Amino acid sequence: MAEPPSAVPDDLPEALADRPRRKRLPLVWILPALVFIVGAFVVIQQKLAQGPQIDISFTDAEGLEANKTKIRYKDVDIGDVTDIHVAKDRKKVIVTARIHRDARDYLVSDTRFWVVRPRITGGGVSGLGTLVSGSYISVDVGRSEIKREAFDGLEIPPIVTSDLPGREFILHAEDIGSLGVGSTVFYRHIAAGQVVAYSLDPGGASVTIKIFVNEPYDAFVTAATRFWQASGIDMSLDSDGVKLRTESLSSILEGGIAFQSGPSMAAAAGSAPKDADFTLFTDHERAMRQTDTEVRTFLLYFGGSLRGLSVGAPVDLRGITIGEVKSLSVEYERKTGTLSFPVEVDIFPQRIRGHSRRADHSIVPDDTSENASRELVDSLVAHGMRAEIKTGNLLTGQKYVAMDFHNEVPPDHVFWDAHPAVFPTTSGALDEIQDSIGSIAKKLDKVPFDKITARLLTTLATLEDTLKNADSLLRQVDASLAPEVTATLQEARGAMKNAREVLAEDAPLQTDLNATLLELSRAAKSVTALVDYLERHPESLLRGKPGDTP
Amino acid sequence: MTTVVMGRRVGLLVCAHCRNTVRAGIAATLRCPRCGAAIHVRKPGSIAMTSALVVSAALLYVPANLLPVMYEHTMFYDDSDTIMSGVVSLVHEGSWPLALLVFVASIVVPLLKLLAMAALLVSLLRKSPGNPLQLCKLFRLVEFIGRWSMIDVYAISLLLALVQVRSYAFIHVGLGAIAFCGVVVLTMLAAQAFDERLLWDHQADG
Repeated sequence: MAEPPSAVPDDLPEALADRPRRKRLPLVWILPALVFIVGAFVVIQQKLAQGPQIDISFTDAEGLEANKTKIRYKDVDIGDVTDIHVAKDRKKVIVTARIHRDARDYLVSDTRFWVVRPRITGGGVSGLGTLVSGSYISVDVGRSEIKREAFDGLEIPPIVTSDLPGREFILHAEDIGSLGVGSTVFYRHIAAGQVVAYSLDPGGASVTIKIFVNEPYDAFVTAATRFWQASGIDMSLDSDGVKLRTESLSSILEGGIAFQSGPSMAAAAGSAPKDADFTLFTDHERAMRQTDTEVRTFLLYFGGSLRGLSVGAPVDLRGITIGEVKSLSVEYERKTGTLSFPVEVDIFPQRIRGHSRRADHSIVPDDTSENASRELVDSLVAHGMRAEIKTGNLLTGQKYVAMDFHNEVPPDHVFWDAHPAVFPTTSGALDEIQDSIGSIAKKLDKVPFDKITARLLTTLATLEDTLKNADSLLRQVDASLAPEVTATLQEARGAMKNAREVLAEDAPLQTDLNATLLELSRAAKSVTALVDYLERHPESLLRGKPGDTP
Repeated sequence: MTTVVMGRRVGLLVCAHCRNTVRAGIAATLRCPRCGAAIHVRKPGSIAMTSALVVSAALLYVPANLLPVMYEHTMFYDDSDTIMSGVVSLVHEGSWPLALLVFVASIVVPLLKLLAMAALLVSLLRKSPGNPLQLCKLFRLVEFIGRWSMIDVYAISLLLALVQVRSYAFIHVGLGAIAFCGVVVLTMLAAQAFDERLLWDHQADG
């Protein structure tokens, strides 16, 4: 309106009186209060939900990123990496992570963290998913009760997570062989577990290997179970020949351990407890060997060469191994200036079950005391038992110590006073054979083979001449003699024909002969009658027949 | 200087809704005879209302900037962005103009609005307003730019609708975005609750 303000029209309507409203409370202030309360609530809740902060140390932070890398347990996010920095001593990388509140119970002293990234090992490929999604930190929650906030991250993922059913066992071995973390444990060629860890014992003399046997195979690990290295290809060459033994192709590649119940059945009661200790044998055969608690060491002095006899070679009693060679050495005796070669053998007396039979044939086990076994050994030696070296395998030349009874040996005895006791020996049959072969060879050596050969050559020449003469002679015979012989033969045949004609049945000569013979037969009968008569009446020779009385 | 005639001085009031000029009655509460809306000399409790809204907005401004506004889940990574980190990543990508726009619209403008409203309120409460004209211009500026503050919220809404390829990539809204919305809405409400006539009252009274 262009009109000046002074002209206020009088007919302006008057505002209507409204019914009075009650005085408003300044409700609007509730809003900021609400915002504040909600805000505070959210902050507090988040603070509470945030859960603890932990530090994990790794050797490097490859693939890890602050605020991006997740912490996962069974592939469920349980936290985030919030910060990555190098430790003060610059040896490690400290990864700081915020763990969700619900997962705070996971942070116990034996919880393990490792970075999941693509890995290719002999056993397979893992973590391929992280190629695209990026690495993450995985957790294996421990079982301890003790809380912890700083952890050492594992550089390689653990083989066995703690929620895997099964049990861990501890093996002791002289060396690790071709085993490694992750090597398979076999039970009857079934992959039943894995090597979890190994460590060198303090002192460095042996190795402790930790294995994990999965359920249900762990039930088969009893106190009597034997473990052995099934690493790679086990080829052994001993007095028994060549042996080749493997578990599976993967074990050839990365080694393995096999186990099986031991030979003694009695001890196989109940499965072994967790973390039970076992010995890891180097091969199946050794593992399956009877464990010999009782060992008696004897010293053997052999005359012959020890070549082919090695430490570990069996001591054999008619095919049954009762011990093994412990050591081979050389002794020089200053006095006589001679060398002797003592062979130390371990004999396991338990393998020789001593017992005596009662009258009713029941067996009474002998006492295994020192004296008793001495008596046993003494009696065996008295009966002619001697040790000797024998060749076990002609192909490989491996030898073994054989214990056997010999009849033609001079009486000997065990020298108990020495340590270890000296057991009598005898030179092996092979040695004797060798000796005799040697003497034969010597004799053969003396034979003048060259002269014989020369003479033989002249003889052969003469023989050849002789044969030539014989040949010409035969040819002459062939030329001059043969026609005559043929003529003679023809004549002979004619003669034979005549003879046949003469002898034919209807030939006159035959008939005549028949008649003559008939006559002769009659004459003979008469003579017989005459003789009979004369026998009965000899007087008739003088007096004549009674009828014709003179 | 010309005399300023205040309506209320001469007993005249204007209906805030239909702009009907009416004579002030003697009753405590009045009603417009034409449209029936309540008529006040000044908006009742304007200062209180405005201050409450400004305080709420200021409180929300903190989480709006600190909390992530958006979570991106893709096959390759999971990420979350606050407003500021979004600006930073835009800068890293070289989108300077866009970064500037987001920065101004989402960080500077709400902050300015809050500060401006605070300044207006303080000047009113102190009963010694400086230059009512300047304050008035400031208020108009606040009213004008208020609507542009929602640019971030629009961007997130668009992304949310577009990027929803489950298991490959999807986005979800963070608490920060909600707080940010709150800031924008509350400042707009505060501006609306503010009765700019109050700015001039002092001058007229003086």
